[in-house]
Amino acid sequence: MQNFEYIAPTNTLAAAQALSPDAGVTAVLAGGTDLVSLLKQRVETPTRVVSLRNISALRGISKRGGGLRIGAMATVEDLLGSKAAAPYESLLQAARGITAPQVRAMGTVAGDLLQRPRCWYFRNGYGLLAKSEGKALVPSGENRYHAILGNKGPAYFVNASSLAPALVSLGATVSVAGPEGEREMSVADLYRIPSSDAERENTLAPNEIVTEINVPSASGWSTATYEVRQRQLLDWPLVTASVALRMRGGKVSDARVVLGHVAPIPWRSSEAETALKGNAANESSGAEAGKAAVAAATPLSQNKAKVQLSTVAVKRAVAMAG
Amino acid sequence: MATKYDWPAAEDRSLIGKRHNRVDGPEKARGDAKYSYDRNLDGMLVARLVTSKVPHGRIIGIDTSAAEKVKGYKGHVNIQNVGDEIQWAGSEILAICADTEEHARDAAAAVNVHFETLPHWVKDEDVKKAGEANRVKPAKDDTKGPDLDEAWKSADATVEGYYGLGVITHCCLEPHGQVVDWTGDEITVYASTQAVARIPADLAKGLSRDESIGTVAAESVHVITPYMGGGFGSKFNIDTWGIACAKLSKKTGKPVKLMLDRDEELKVAGGRPSDYGNIKIGAKKDGTLVAYESETWSTGGIAGRGSPPVPYVYNNEERLAQKARHLNVSTNIGPARAWRAPNHPQAAVLTMCPMEDLAAELDMDPVEFFKKNADLTARPEVYRYEIDKCAEMIGWKDNWHKRGDSGAGPVKRGLGLSLHTWGGRPHDSTCEVRIQPDGGVSVNMASQDLGVGTYTTLSVIAAETFGLQIPDITVNIGSSRLPISGASGGSTTVGGTTASTRRAAVNALDELKSVVADSLGVDADDLAAKGGKIFAKSDTSKSLSWTDACKKLGNRTITGHGKQPDRNGGKLNDSGVGGVQMADVSVDVETGIVSINKIAAVQDVGLVICLEQCESQVYGSLIQGVAWALYEESIYDQTTGTMLNPDMEFYKLPGAGDIGELEVHMVQNKYDDRGVIGIGEPPAISPGAAISNAVANAIGVRVPTLPLTPDRVLAALENA
Repeated sequence: MQNFEYIAPTNTLAAAQALSPDAGVTAVLAGGTDLVSLLKQRVETPTRVVSLRNISALRGISKRGGGLRIGAMATVEDLLGSKAAAPYESLLQAARGITAPQVRAMGTVAGDLLQRPRCWYFRNGYGLLAKSEGKALVPSGENRYHAILGNKGPAYFVNASSLAPALVSLGATVSVAGPEGEREMSVADLYRIPSSDAERENTLAPNEIVTEINVPSASGWSTATYEVRQRQLLDWPLVTASVALRMRGGKVSDARVVLGHVAPIPWRSSEAETALKGNAANESSGAEAGKAAVAAATPLSQNKAKVQLSTVAVKRAVAMAG
Repeated sequence: MATKYDWPAAEDRSLIGKRHNRVDGPEKARGDAKYSYDRNLDGMLVARLVTSKVPHGRIIGIDTSAAEKVKGYKGHVNIQNVGDEIQWAGSEILAICADTEEHARDAAAAVNVHFETLPHWVKDEDVKKAGEANRVKPAKDDTKGPDLDEAWKSADATVEGYYGLGVITHCCLEPHGQVVDWTGDEITVYASTQAVARIPADLAKGLSRDESIGTVAAESVHVITPYMGGGFGSKFNIDTWGIACAKLSKKTGKPVKLMLDRDEELKVAGGRPSDYGNIKIGAKKDGTLVAYESETWSTGGIAGRGSPPVPYVYNNEERLAQKARHLNVSTNIGPARAWRAPNHPQAAVLTMCPMEDLAAELDMDPVEFFKKNADLTARPEVYRYEIDKCAEMIGWKDNWHKRGDSGAGPVKRGLGLSLHTWGGRPHDSTCEVRIQPDGGVSVNMASQDLGVGTYTTLSVIAAETFGLQIPDITVNIGSSRLPISGASGGSTTVGGTTASTRRAAVNALDELKSVVADSLGVDADDLAAKGGKIFAKSDTSKSLSWTDACKKLGNRTITGHGKQPDRNGGKLNDSGVGGVQMADVSVDVETGIVSINKIAAVQDVGLVICLEQCESQVYGSLIQGVAWALYEESIYDQTTGTMLNPDMEFYKLPGAGDIGELEVHMVQNKYDDRGVIGIGEPPAISPGAAISNAVANAIGVRVPTLPLTPDRVLAALENA
């Protein structure tokens, strides 16, 4: 990796002030399960790395109001062991999909949300938009794991987060701190589909830090996450579906359906939500919702299977929640 | 004719064939075992490779000026030079060293290599496209056996299908590399190698090609490899990085470590060739196989690849009409290296899968079909016995169903089988066994333990011969200065090393007996060594403990020598084995995800020396087999010509939760008279075909190519 200055401030403001407002100059280190490999590959070459490890305010998971407050530096293991998190089925199911003890122990919840795409062109140094000599590599290349939705270009990667689909379906928000102060936004708004080389896959300024994740009460919601993953060993999901359903008289009165690993952002499917409303929550309504979720999918040359996997993930998540 | 070197009769064996813990297990578990990667010598420098980013091109410039200014830089040597043609991305261009690993990486990153790029091709499966890119060369057609046209006419059922498997890598957990300490005229090499005794000459030859170095004597090279972390056929030579590492050590006067990075390991240090084929196979109504015709193609890098040995196992040239045509696809990917049972795993897929499809076409139970045709193999009795045994282990009768007839629900269960064969003849080996006056015993030879159990098997042989226990034996291997023994490849080690050790031990014991005979007043021929004693067979009261017997040596140490081959040294080994494997899988037909319920393996290896190590070889093969059946694949991008998954995230291997239950049965007490036969390759051949057949049985259609990834399974279901 390229040499860098390492600092570990004890408060968030100092950390934000130590970060450059310009992209690529500095990097935030949380658990390091993603950043360290990016540094080693020289995909990221910051001149300063700001560690959050000494900021105790960023740790812990607790009930707050009727909901849940997850410190940005809480680990996946913390989340799985948290009594306060127990009512959030879909979130815990998603966390269980992170099967490596090492990643659970070191990886943080905010780090999971902000890990960089696993796109192999990106990881091999061809940039977030995967180009070589100005030519997009993904559409005619090795795209079995790439996007089937939101893939009109120039971005084809998929959002890598295991937890984001569940958090979006739960209506969670993130608190973000910068040198000028704090702001709050929905987890959904944390992400964007980059439209040029100048944009990243998230909407944070380079000198902003996620400080906590706030999940509203899930009371009255039935939630579930179904992850399609090839191996039991740590493996990036092929497709994930998280659903949150509000039931009235045995029928779905409100629904949130979010697909993961199918688009450059966690993909909320209003089509699937509409399909569910007014119906029972079971395999058959789930299957209809799954079909609706991918009705507008535009698979690439090698990833047609992900369309099928999406319908199955939605179907099974709905059946689990129902 | 019986000789004193023969293996003890079954009733006289106290250790051979029994279950013993790996003698080096505790050291490895404690982390005390030093691998090449673990060597950190005083003042040691660290070297990194600079490799080609382009898949095909000519080097037009190498600029190291910036690198030489990097902090800690100590030197570099070119591996290729301006004007040289690069044939794959990752090709080694130079090695550069520095005081620390980080500085070496910085220096390597600062080297600028300029290329004139040339057209590249990295794809092999689509042979038509490869042909259009002018990358295909036909090999010779090969026709054998009865008249093919007549055979097709006599066939009541035929199956024509497409089958294949892509390029995979060896993915050794300890990557290739070494530490070299060149001090004065002495070159010490801690190499991760399968060929301790071969490396001195290989390195000396490589160094002597460099005029600035001059002639280097092989005897000045000392290779030390007590432990190594996986080779699978990819670590027989010193390689460019070993020669460069030695040059850097000479240049700097310091020890230098150069171990490959994971991405280098996957791109250039291992590669099992692909094989794809359109196969036509036919049988009579009663299941008698009559004809096998194949058009296959494969790549092993720029040199292409020769024909796979198809049809495999079922290849009787008098009774089975056979025609094989092969096309050689030349690609700009890292070159192929021998991978456990070279060509056999591919041939098994190209034979056992069409056979299973034909059994389904005939509406026959594949177990009956494979058994019925056993006469077309070289070992009908062995295979029939093994198929029955394996079927019992996997519960074939209870669990097998007709193809696709697997009930309701999205998860379908299926069973499949495959057969394999291998030679496993012993390599040449010399051994010196020492008996010390204090009773200590050592076995000495320039062999190596790849993690397979050589320390343990040699301990068993010496202990059995001397009537001692395994902990009483010291095994010294992993040094090229010991008596020469062969490279560990092709399942040749256990046959070669146990024979030379047995002969050396018997010779050493004869000497000890002659000393003891005088003091006990008996004939040396009347003496036996057993249970820690040497005693007269005619009068067991005339006896000495092993230690007391050795005290009679005074200050003399006995050295017994043994070799393989040895015409007068008894019948200790053989070659040629058969094995059968069956897989039980579940397939989620909605997601295409395959999971292994169980794999059963039955294996003949002649005489088993150490049951646990022997079984371990089979377990390892099955785990490796699950990897290439379900997960492993070298994925190349045609536009950039580079491997996209040279890492452990997308070059997928199974974890403990992915391998299912494994059950291994070694055939013992049946073919023991044949002596010892190697075990490394045979069980590594069948897993892919057996798993593919089980998946076809579960879902009712053939998934043509391995690995059996969810997208391929779903595509096969959709195309059905």
